[in-house]
Amino acid sequence: MDLQTLWFAAVAVLWTGFLLLEGFDFGVAALLPVLGRRPADRHLVLRTIGPLWDGNEVWLITAVGAVFAAFPGWYATWLPALYLPFVLVLFGLIVRAVAFEWRHSHSAPAWDATWTHVITAGSLIAALGIGAALGATTLGLPVDADGSRVGGALSGLGWPALVGAVAVLAFSVVHGAVFLALKTDGPVRVAARAFALRWAPVAALPLLGWAAVVHLRYGTPVTAALWLVAAVSVVVAWARLKVGREGQGFAAWGTTLVAAAATIFGAAYPVVLPSTIDPAFDVTVPDASVSDYTLTVMTWAAGIGLPVVLAYQAWTYWVFRKRLTAEPLSEPPAQVPA
Amino acid sequence: MDVLDVARWQFGITTVYHFLMVPLTIGLGILVAVMHTMWVRTDKPEWLRMTRFWGRIYLINFVLGVATGLVQEFQFGLAWSEYSRFVGDVFGSLLALEALLAFFLESTFLGLWIFGWGRIPKRVHLAALWAAVIGSIVSAYFIIAANSWMQHPVGVVTDDATGRPVQVDFLAVLTNNTALAAFGHAIVAALMVAGALLVGIGLWHLRRRTLAAQPQDVDHRVWRRSVRLGGWVSLAAFVLVALTGDWQGKLMYQQQPLKMSSAEALCETEAPASFSIFAWGKLGSNECDDVHSITVPYLLSYLAHGDFSTAVPGVHDLQEEYAAVYGETYPDDPSRFGDRAGEPIDYTPVLAVTYWSFRLMIGMGAVSAGVAAYALWATRRGRVPTSRIGVYGALLAVAAPFAGNATGWIFTEMGRQPFVVHPNPDVPVDEQVWFFTAQAVSPGISAAEVWTSLTVLTLVYGALAVVELWLIGRFVRRGVTTGDGAPTPGTPPRGTPDDGGARRDDDVLSFAH
Ligand code: HDD
Ligand code: HEM
Ligand code: HEM
Repeated sequence: MDLQTLWFAAVAVLWTGFLLLEGFDFGVAALLPVLGRRPADRHLVLRTIGPLWDGNEVWLITAVGAVFAAFPGWYATWLPALYLPFVLVLFGLIVRAVAFEWRHSHSAPAWDATWTHVITAGSLIAALGIGAALGATTLGLPVDADGSRVGGALSGLGWPALVGAVAVLAFSVVHGAVFLALKTDGPVRVAARAFALRWAPVAALPLLGWAAVVHLRYGTPVTAALWLVAAVSVVVAWARLKVGREGQGFAAWGTTLVAAAATIFGAAYPVVLPSTIDPAFDVTVPDASVSDYTLTVMTWAAGIGLPVVLAYQAWTYWVFRKRLTAEPLSEPPAQVPA
Repeated sequence: MDVLDVARWQFGITTVYHFLMVPLTIGLGILVAVMHTMWVRTDKPEWLRMTRFWGRIYLINFVLGVATGLVQEFQFGLAWSEYSRFVGDVFGSLLALEALLAFFLESTFLGLWIFGWGRIPKRVHLAALWAAVIGSIVSAYFIIAANSWMQHPVGVVTDDATGRPVQVDFLAVLTNNTALAAFGHAIVAALMVAGALLVGIGLWHLRRRTLAAQPQDVDHRVWRRSVRLGGWVSLAAFVLVALTGDWQGKLMYQQQPLKMSSAEALCETEAPASFSIFAWGKLGSNECDDVHSITVPYLLSYLAHGDFSTAVPGVHDLQEEYAAVYGETYPDDPSRFGDRAGEPIDYTPVLAVTYWSFRLMIGMGAVSAGVAAYALWATRRGRVPTSRIGVYGALLAVAAPFAGNATGWIFTEMGRQPFVVHPNPDVPVDEQVWFFTAQAVSPGISAAEVWTSLTVLTLVYGALAVVELWLIGRFVRRGVTTGDGAPTPGTPPRGTPDDGGARRDDDVLSFAH
């Protein structure tokens, strides 16, 4: 595998990692109005993602950074073509980040409720917007030979963007529910599992549909097999959840995403941004890529850095592995002298 | 205003705003880690309280740094796509490495620090904070290496086919002398910000407690120690800021002589050159000859070159030199230069901005150092200042190093105009790499779009500032008390059992990151 292909794969892995990790915190945030109606439940739900969301968000920053670093031609075509949608995503991410911090900085019920709503709204906007952007870059954007957008400010938001938006949001919401079922105990766990069981089959459809379209357009037998894995995992996830094996359900639902993303990126390669104006204007891996020297430097850095990152992130997940409950903990977590 | 102007305003506003949080994160992070270390080593309660109080401010600020940093990551692609294409071979990898090697470290270990009180061994917990702090410092290094490459592009050759720089020496990019100087300077400037905060707030609390005749207990020691620590850090950092700044000035004299002369409003070449302290006249007209100033003889020669005789080139001569090498007018190519195609190029940055931002940067630092000296003197041998002017002055002066940082960047960035990538004079002209700001902007977007985003971001940032300052103000006034609803990291909260006790550990855990 040459370096350009390797970096295409790395970018795909980063986006998938982002959807897999931030996906559950988007989903958990989106479910707050459903599963967090009582204040005690709401706090419990938020606690499950408290220590994790910021680390998860860095996957987004790294994914965008890697697109810039390895494929500046892709970065410089994709972002301006969806200028306003990306600004909206940033807006969502900003308000969400500060809401996490601010909601508990002042104890008044109305304050808390407001910022909780902001967390939900910001997460919904971000999930939809990022989904739209990913849908557009794998299914098509109206760009000309120079990589400039054709049409008005919102001309990038056609059906491809819609498919991506719905797929990412639907996946994330169920992902969040499964995560809650895994991480909590008590009524929230029960409700989250019931939610996931009811909605998983429907929620998988847009994602599978998106993968199917990309596969039918460019696919190979390998991507067909990957698509099948994605579809089968939905069934497995549902079945494991049904019998109360949340851990396995979570793994299977995650596999759905990984396999679907592999189908999409694997089939699209080497196109990174198809033009809906003329296939001759498609942005491809070789056009968009940086020099082999720079890719080599980054390969070394990532080869050493990424395993370390994965190791310590995994370790924090392990530190915070306990199921949480709405009951007061038997021993206070932080006995420090006042 | 056309797309270019709006995009420049947007970049300036969002970046300067981001850089209000950044120095506090870096500087306060280091100091909180020192406090935490002192607590682990000495077990004295005042160090724990200091860690918790200042740690909380550090966290409130950190989140805003994250939120505004996200915008930065996307901006190059959104508004500056031609820039991104041009510099992609060097610049993008530095951003990606920053994310991979620094942001993961910061965010993951900060989460562990916040939620780890009492759950992980004490020393591991301390190490988590240090890891996060090191992450911030590493992040500053990479981003400054990226910025310095635009100021002084090294380690590249020009690709004949595309006309773009291609990286050939990554190590040269990482050890760019511009980057090493700027990194050192920015880190110590960040410590000035943290020092001023400790001094201002510490003095205010000390005085208030004394006036209220409160006992000289642990809390008293907390504030006293904060003032002393902050004061010494500020003073030491000011010395280092001046030393590293002097280094930067000397590099600037070689690398961007026009920035240096503009900073001095030095019209004609002088040998020996004198340093201007105060200027009047029509600085705003950008006509150098209309400017008069009070000067200190020889000093500029020293700043630029380290002796008292060397000639420093004036703006007029430099403008002509630049025009001869890089062109009198922008190429007549509207697809790349928009409205500016074929127009004459003004190589002189806005004089009023470079001149005053340079002086403000230094002046604000001096104010801060003066306040620090006052604070150390006023608290010598256990004394407590009761002077209203002194204490409120110190509180007000917390803003000074923030302003110094902002003006320093405004100087650096606006001083390199009209280039976004300034040519590196160390290499022969035909091998130089440069890029005009006028050709950097995204061609496919409309002014209306950028206006929309500029308006949205400015309004959001404004609103964030209001809430943030209100929250920090409330928290600061409350001080180190660990009563109800005063969430300090690691406090087992007193529990307002309004919702069946769920609040109890939630307060600890909801340091949501
Ligand atoms: C509290 C903040 C602060 C203070 C007191 C100073 N600086 Fe500074 N300065 C900065 C904060 C800063 C900064 C924000 O950190 C900059 C912007 C870019 C950079 O690398 O650092 C900067 C840039 C900067 C540059 C521009 C470098 C370039 O464009 O290539 C020079 C020449 C100096 N500084 C020199 C000085 C000198 C001689 C000082 C004497 C006391 C000084 N600074 C104090
Ligand atoms: C790696 C770090 C940075 C990079 C890559 C960078 C890059 C840029 C770019 C691309 C522009 C727009 C084009 C231009 O007007 O020249 C710009 C302008 C500007 N930047 Fe920076 N910048 C960085 C850091 C900062 C920081 C930290 C600040 C201030 C706190 C800052 C302040 C400004 C200002 C004020 C402008 C507007 C200048 C003008 O348009 O005349 N920059 N910078
Ligand atoms: C214009 C260029 C810049 C870009 C693209 C950028 C990007 C970012 C991003 C994406 C974050 C959020 C990280 C997270 O989620 O943890 C961030 C935060 C941070 N950045 Fe910047 N940044 C820029 C300028 C700077 C400069 C010049 C410095 C240092 C001198 C700096 C230092 C930091 C630090 C220490 C943080 C940690 C969070 C905080 O500031 O509170 N950044 N930046």
